[in-house]
Amino acid sequence: MQRRLERLDRGIKVRAEDVFALCSWREMLYLLSPRLIPILGFLVLPLVLSNYWQKVLLSVAVFALLALSWDVLAQTGMISLGQALFFGLGAYCSGILNHAFGFHPLLALPAATILGGLMSTAFLLPVLRLRGIYFSMVTLIIPLMLVRIVEATKIFGGTEGLSGITPLPSKWVELYLIVAVLLAALFGLRRLMNSDYGLVLKAIRDNDRSVTNAGINIYWFKAQALFIAGSIAALAGAFMTHVYMFVGMPVFALDYSILPIAAAVVGGPGTLAGSVLGAVILVPLSEALRGIGGLRIVFYGCFLVVFIVGLPEGIFHYIQRKYHQFERWVEVE
Amino acid sequence: MGAGTILRVNSLFKNFGGIQAITDLSFDLAQGELLGLIGPNGSGKTTAVNLITGFVKPSKGEITYRGRSIAGMAPYKIVRLGISRTFQMVKPFYQLPAYKNMIIPLYSPRAGQLAGGRFGDRDAVALDYLEDVGFERDSNVAYKSASVLPQGYLKRLELAKAMALKPDLVILDELFSGLSLAEVASIIPIIEKLRAEGKTIIMIEHRLKELFRIADRVVVLNYGRKIADGPPGLVTQTEEVRKAYLGAED
Amino acid sequence: MFLGTVVYAVFNSTVLAVMALGFNLTFGISGVANFAYGAMYILAAYLAWMFIHFLRFPYWLSVCVSISLTMAVGALMYRFVLLRVRGQPLSEVIATFGIGLAVLELFQYLGFVGYEYTLPVIIDKSLILGSIVVDVQRIVITGVAMLLIAGLWAFTHHTRTGLAFRGIAQDERTSLTFGIDSDRMGMLSVSLGCGLAALAAAVIIPLGSISPSDGYDVLMKALAVCIIGGLGSTGGVIVASFLIGFAERLTDTYVSSAWTMIVSLAAILIVLLVKPSGLFGRQKELEERI
Repeated sequence: MQRRLERLDRGIKVRAEDVFALCSWREMLYLLSPRLIPILGFLVLPLVLSNYWQKVLLSVAVFALLALSWDVLAQTGMISLGQALFFGLGAYCSGILNHAFGFHPLLALPAATILGGLMSTAFLLPVLRLRGIYFSMVTLIIPLMLVRIVEATKIFGGTEGLSGITPLPSKWVELYLIVAVLLAALFGLRRLMNSDYGLVLKAIRDNDRSVTNAGINIYWFKAQALFIAGSIAALAGAFMTHVYMFVGMPVFALDYSILPIAAAVVGGPGTLAGSVLGAVILVPLSEALRGIGGLRIVFYGCFLVVFIVGLPEGIFHYIQRKYHQFERWVEVE
Repeated sequence: MGAGTILRVNSLFKNFGGIQAITDLSFDLAQGELLGLIGPNGSGKTTAVNLITGFVKPSKGEITYRGRSIAGMAPYKIVRLGISRTFQMVKPFYQLPAYKNMIIPLYSPRAGQLAGGRFGDRDAVALDYLEDVGFERDSNVAYKSASVLPQGYLKRLELAKAMALKPDLVILDELFSGLSLAEVASIIPIIEKLRAEGKTIIMIEHRLKELFRIADRVVVLNYGRKIADGPPGLVTQTEEVRKAYLGAED
Repeated sequence: MFLGTVVYAVFNSTVLAVMALGFNLTFGISGVANFAYGAMYILAAYLAWMFIHFLRFPYWLSVCVSISLTMAVGALMYRFVLLRVRGQPLSEVIATFGIGLAVLELFQYLGFVGYEYTLPVIIDKSLILGSIVVDVQRIVITGVAMLLIAGLWAFTHHTRTGLAFRGIAQDERTSLTFGIDSDRMGMLSVSLGCGLAALAAAVIIPLGSISPSDGYDVLMKALAVCIIGGLGSTGGVIVASFLIGFAERLTDTYVSSAWTMIVSLAAILIVLLVKPSGLFGRQKELEERI
């Protein structure tokens, strides 16, 4: 007798569908806990962690934002190999606004977000018309180029960078600001990508000819996606500038490009929540592995390959599937 | 342009790096006409349509739509002017249900103001359009995932997507291909209804028997050149057309 | 002085050409993105070094074995990684990039950096042309470049395998209907591309030393040359190598060495803006503009 694996929705999922969820606490809990756990987790953790791990939490949030930004671009069909570009642009914008113009951090941050987003879009606008692979190549190339330019022309502090950037008012502001931004970004983007607008973006990835044929200017929409993703990553960069009180060439480092991709791929590309999950897994892991120095990137590389080949749907998808469905073997008639 | 001429193609040439796909193509299209565009495989029919709809830029020549030159214009702009087309190879978004496939055209500025203001209910409008092309409302077939729909329904979905853009000129690229006689027979009334609404239609077809019943005029292409232009009855008598179609059904 | 710059520019160009040909074969001609190319180059260099210094193999044997091993690695990479993500070009990029990253950073971590890590030159002499000193190695590189170009041209235009390579780049489905096993061809092309990278390493590394971070530079330069010349066009690779080679050399002499990399990278961007299919790219109008 042949057997096959059958997947069925769990009873509680069906019962929690639509308005029926209001019938009982169990159903409501079933729906709410996946959302509440990360929210409560991120809100409570800053209070219970030691100083060192609080810094790690900051890192997690920043890389999670970068991974979210990557995911949004990927869902629109643009694979960015250079998140460091957006990150670095935001970092430098905020640093310069503060250092040269005396902007207060809470003013420099939003300004750098918008400016960073605009500049990122401007840099990549010319390649939007080309095949996806050219976009990836250019995102890889531009940060390298910017690093050399800064090095060669010595602008914005050159190899030494700008130091003495004003920090945020207090450690708690730092922590809760980034956590709030992360949660807002996560839920906001999920809402966006599930709406009709998000459908258009995903359609551009799947079948752009069809979208063009519907009279939609795909380049305008791609530019919008680029601006959204670029701004989020720029915000992360601007934030880090004020945390480290320094900005320099290292903001364009490969680390900031690779780890977000690894986080998104491991956590679950296309799910947004997966990107955050991936960051939550990989960043503390890489901290724990800090002792081995450069070997970290080797791990990211390996993770990337293993996951993209072996588990392309990512961990989040897997968890989601287990949460909503159960499996059993049935006999094939 | 002559009165009632909605589209004029003038001395159109297209060359793909050595392959002369279209040579000196010219024809006019009057408002409300149903023009059949036929020819053996590789004669340039789809290229001609790609040129008109902007997916390919002409090497030489003019295309005028309602007095405006559209040769070389971006495809999405041409759609916004009122020209809409279906593709020979239907490629819906397979993982989405049929009615969700309609969201993309309905998101387009061309789809106009939907009921419900800015955040109009696209789902409801989608179901309406689908019903117009034969997705029976009672059967819930519109809610089925595109991956399980038979070709007949997928072709109708393509048609509905084109209709959602409220076009004046509709170009149907081999709508009948892959359909059974019954399916074709059920789609023809929908096309007749479009004509009754005053739309101008160009149909690329290989199914000549069905096409000749409804077409007002037929343009025949062979190796990128126009070899005949006239009512179906006349064109089938033309010697050159018969030679080009040697072996094809008539 | 100027003549010296020109001569060195020519040699720089031949170096670039030799670097780019392997990448061109895989990506331009067969359409398989191999972003681990730079890593393969470095891998081959270190392998050869290890054979020479640890196993005391003679030079020729070390080079041949390292080329073969690199080709094997390429084939394995294809079989176990690329095959699973075939057809999704962006996953190909990420997967191969991940591999390249892992390999390069591994070498960086293991600390194989320093002047002693280099490969011997083939003929350790210099020629004096007028007032310019030229080491024979660079002439060797030029010779290798010419041989490779002739060989590749013959291969892709006159052998069945070569034509099959071009087939799967143009239209994989149609090639399949011709009985071309696109998976095997893909594996061969990645393998051969890596082999060419290894060969490039063997002749170019003697000019300097092996450094893992050079792996990224090699990838960037190969990409630059292929994009500017036009993916798939061997003639384009030659022209682009010369363009970039001269641009780099002239910038280095007359501006400053910090700007050389910027010039190549800027050149890529300009070409992508103006003529994305490259200078000699085939008619890819429909493919490029999406």
